[in-house]
Amino acid sequence: MSERARFEIADQPPWRMSDLLLRWETVLFALLVVVIIGDTFLSPYFLDIDNLSDATANFSEKAIIALGMALLILVREIDLSVAAIIALCSLAMGLAAQAGAGAASLVVIGLAVGAVCGAFNGVLVARLGLPSIVVTIGTMSLFRGIAQVVLGDQAISEYPPEFESLGQDYFIKWPPLHLSFLLFVIFAIVFALALHRTAGGRKLYAMGANPIAARFSGIPVDRIKFGLFVLTGVLSGIAAVLLTARVGSTRPNIALGWELEVVTMVILGGVSIAGGSGTIPGVVIAVFVLGLVTFGLSLINVPGIVISVILGFLLIGSITLPILGRKFVTSLRSRREA
Amino acid sequence: MSLLLRHRELALGLIIAAMVAGIGLYAPAFISAANIATVLNDTSILFMLVLAQMIVILTRGIDLSVAANLALSGMISASLAQHFPHLPVIAYIATGVAVGLALGLFNGGLIAGVGIPPIVVTLGTLAIFRGLIVVYGGGSQVNASEMGDVFQNFPNLTVLGLDAVFWIAAPLAIAFALFLNFTRTGRNFYALGGNPLAARYCGINIGRQLLLAYLVSGAVSGLCGYLWVARYGVAYSEIASGYELTVIAACVIGGVSIAGGVGTVPGALLGALFLGVIVNALPVMQVTPFWQMAISGAVILAAVVVNARVERRGGKLILPEARRSAGAAK
Repeated sequence: MSERARFEIADQPPWRMSDLLLRWETVLFALLVVVIIGDTFLSPYFLDIDNLSDATANFSEKAIIALGMALLILVREIDLSVAAIIALCSLAMGLAAQAGAGAASLVVIGLAVGAVCGAFNGVLVARLGLPSIVVTIGTMSLFRGIAQVVLGDQAISEYPPEFESLGQDYFIKWPPLHLSFLLFVIFAIVFALALHRTAGGRKLYAMGANPIAARFSGIPVDRIKFGLFVLTGVLSGIAAVLLTARVGSTRPNIALGWELEVVTMVILGGVSIAGGSGTIPGVVIAVFVLGLVTFGLSLINVPGIVISVILGFLLIGSITLPILGRKFVTSLRSRREA
Repeated sequence: MSLLLRHRELALGLIIAAMVAGIGLYAPAFISAANIATVLNDTSILFMLVLAQMIVILTRGIDLSVAANLALSGMISASLAQHFPHLPVIAYIATGVAVGLALGLFNGGLIAGVGIPPIVVTLGTLAIFRGLIVVYGGGSQVNASEMGDVFQNFPNLTVLGLDAVFWIAAPLAIAFALFLNFTRTGRNFYALGGNPLAARYCGINIGRQLLLAYLVSGAVSGLCGYLWVARYGVAYSEIASGYELTVIAACVIGGVSIAGGVGTVPGALLGALFLGVIVNALPVMQVTPFWQMAISGAVILAAVVVNARVERRGGKLILPEARRSAGAAK
């Protein structure tokens, strides 16, 4: 190829160092490094493999749901009923355990109830065309309400030991890994490949960027949305299995308020609530940032609710500062060009 | 039937009336004047919060931080009463409103000024406001015995069988109705929610309208913060936990469209009343209160299905000639 093309086809913008540095994932990664260094200085117990491994147990269940939620928010939908789905799945497993079901059938029941709940959301949103935020606020009350009606103020805690060991014991002895964390890592890799390396993944971006154009270009928008709700339901079912096994009991207020924590993970991960942008690596880094900030602060005995203040500021600050920064940069650039 | 669908306030009113009558047949005590007054008193705080939330939803926004704002404003107002128990009651109310307004300004500044989506901002401030209660109070709570009589007696002051909390909610509701229907700023909320781009081309200051919506929401939450704490006699970090979803649910039942630009004051009030009647009816019907959540979930889903049908009917034909020719074409 000695002959140069006469015209350069600008199929992608020229590479700039500042683009890489201003990428959300880069900013988040820098934040993660700061958090790790900060935590190391805060407490001598932070860099301890057993402690770190136990810390993962506290966020991996939410993180698994966050992967599905990321895809939903990417296509301009949201599922606020995920925590209520956990409650309903946990209830079903509890009733089955009381009836004498074994560990394997409990897992199947949990996943099946999650799938049914997700399908219910999916029908209302994708088939009937209702706004997902209202639908899932409704199903959130409905699902948790059913759990409350059945349980009242009672708890179910008659789980077989093999089932409880799924959440309580290390799945791999060395390095010490909980099943929940292992599943999160595997799912994260699968989701990242599916979203960023397949045509199906590109379809989700198309749907999020312009749903009408996506429909006219032959993407089965409704079917995909339905599928995503079922997927998120199943992931919530998996989280329900892991959480119920870990705490060893089912109460009506199990996983209360988790929906907001899951949405926080996704938004901090850089998935735009307006749809069409965001990446799985971003969400994964955000999961670690949130998880390790919580872990580090609890090591130095900061109360949980104070941690939630800090996480709230982290969410708002990390979204506000880049916007203000970008405004500043563009005003600088335009001044230079003028 | 289509008349009822189009005038959904009428339909909702009839449903509530039928519900009350049905409960009355089962338990006549429910339709006594005293009990109806109880329902209205108990629902008054929800009436006010629903109206404020409606303004926010009209602008295509959402304010998830109302309940946390209520709890923080109530806490600060109560701690003022704890330290200075003999101030006039207006000082405690003003403190609640001022704190609520400041928190609303924080939300509004980020949403209108920086341009962050409302759901993101209020999700963050929901956690922040509630946590600040613990930071402020050191995890302690203010009990009824510490608040002083002036602080506590006011919301339960009874005039014509109804409590002061209702007599605050009623004029506020009328003020909201007048503001939204007869002032330019009020109509601008509908214009903005109906079509933000068109509203901008009409010269409506979008940023100012958005800021105003969150200021109103904050101030009303602050007012309700004082009323809630004084009425129930305790202030701590968990009061009204999750109440933001009840408020939004009442809006949806009342026909306020989450897509923005659609909603009326009577509709929103009836939506709140509907939930208020259910909450108060369950003990009368000897149903455990555990049913409350499942029922309100089912009602929200039913309401959103009805809303979608009505909105689809509504169409975008504003001019009478256009509507007539569209009718002729059919």
